Amino acid sequence: MDYSDKLTQSIQSVKPSGIRRFFDIVNEMDNVISLSVGEPDFQTPWHVRQAGITSLEQGRTWYTPNRGFKELCREISNFYKRKYNLTYDPTEECVVTVGGSEAIDIAIRCLVSRGDEVLIPQPSFVCYEPLTIMAGATPVIIETKAENAFRLTPEQLEEKITDKTKLLILPFPNNPTGGIMERDDLEAIAKVIRDHDLMVLSDEIYSELTYEGKRHVSVASIDGMRERTVVINGFSKSYAMTGWRLGYALGPKEIISMMVKLHQFCIMSAPTTAQYAAIEALRNGDVDIENMRNEYDMRRRFVVGSLNEMGLTCFNPEGAFYCFPCIKSTGLSSEEFCTRLLHSKRVALVPGSAFGESGEGYVRLSYSYSIQHLIRAMELIRDFLKELKDESNG
Amino acid sequence: MDKLLQLLSENSSLTTAQLSLMLGEPEDYIKAQIAEYENSGVIRGYQAVVNWDEVPDAGVMAMIELKVAPQLQKGFDEIAERILEYDEVESVYLMAGSYDLLLTVKGKTIQDVSSFVAKRLAAMNGILSTATHFMLKRYKEKGVSLIDAKKDGREMIF
Repeated sequence: MDYSDKLTQSIQSVKPSGIRRFFDIVNEMDNVISLSVGEPDFQTPWHVRQAGITSLEQGRTWYTPNRGFKELCREISNFYKRKYNLTYDPTEECVVTVGGSEAIDIAIRCLVSRGDEVLIPQPSFVCYEPLTIMAGATPVIIETKAENAFRLTPEQLEEKITDKTKLLILPFPNNPTGGIMERDDLEAIAKVIRDHDLMVLSDEIYSELTYEGKRHVSVASIDGMRERTVVINGFSKSYAMTGWRLGYALGPKEIISMMVKLHQFCIMSAPTTAQYAAIEALRNGDVDIENMRNEYDMRRRFVVGSLNEMGLTCFNPEGAFYCFPCIKSTGLSSEEFCTRLLHSKRVALVPGSAFGESGEGYVRLSYSYSIQHLIRAMELIRDFLKELKDESNG
Repeated sequence: MDKLLQLLSENSSLTTAQLSLMLGEPEDYIKAQIAEYENSGVIRGYQAVVNWDEVPDAGVMAMIELKVAPQLQKGFDEIAERILEYDEVESVYLMAGSYDLLLTVKGKTIQDVSSFVAKRLAAMNGILSTATHFMLKRYKEKGVSLIDAKKDGREMIF
């Protein structure tokens, strides 16, 4: 049977994830030293797991309210006040979702439709473009540059705005570059956003993982931006809770109420056990975040320093747990580099091109691994570069 | 706690170059710090964490509780210092609680350890009583789990 006229044009036009294709090759091989996984290596802190277990022991296995437990929304609201000095009404301006991913999806679907353009800075996480297409809107890519520390500049933003532009995705701290946006950067783009009456989806899932004393600033905390921003965050990265599938969105009640409407029809409510665990995480987990951040920071310094020493120029990442070294000096494309490194040394990185065309010439390296693992991987990458060099000399 | 000491106590095979990157301090500074710790006696040595349960003929290990009569002026120090001279003794701690000194002692066989306790320790002046506990299995040593290494359970997704 020919399904091409049964399936929608939009889903068929979505390109499969470039990371996926590379992972399929990695999965076929044994003894691979991987630096490719995009989730914390830490397990969820034990007291948080315990809260989930206790809720199960007590038989709390029903749906929660559509927008999430009141108590959880209250703790999320407290968290945003405590960490980023933003005030959201827990009863009307918060919705708990199945990971940050669902929040991104329903926010995009509530904010754009056919004929609208969505601005997506790249390199960035792979979901924004497909979800925009599925909402019927048109993705417009803005390529961030290494020379700007992979930040979004007002000039780049202005250049891509048309009378159809409706929404800007702001994915900072950024996967895969590790780039962040500081207050000055946000103020500069906020003016353009206000002048053109755009909305912003601020994906802040890595907000707790910033380094060198540069604490995350939410674009919603910039003057006049709260009313035009949907903030997305979650528990996966900050509390090492990826498998619990829990995220949330914060924003003006007019938008959140529409997102809740969509959420209740497509999801009903986010996982109950995970919500109990998340309440505990928000109440007593600040110290866990601090410990994990310190550990990531040490690995970050080690990896960035090692890469620079071996001649893979690495922009200093100030957020998330990735670094994004430039491999142009090798003369290879990012996919060739990763494929050859994988076959020669069994080290798996992700080609930068998987995160958008502007990622070509770079590779993503996750340092969410033990220091022993990272030391070994750095030795192998060093050997690989030497081989490449000998090859070109010989 | 000093981060450098913490890292070395977890893994003394880290090189000064690696420590310098990890801590964001110049390598010379790290070297000087380590030298200072070694000279002042804060760092007393560098050891591997061995799972002796997996080494054939590695011998036996016992924890021994000692009740001791403290001596005038010297308290427990003098007897502790005499005990630590024995090669069989791996560690000596002064404890609060129902006994005074806790030793870990190693030997080739149970008989060796028993004979060491009976003939050497129990016979020393000032030792009031001993209680020997033989170690059956090691689960964790110096902060390192000795049960099978956990595999990375993370799946390859994007």
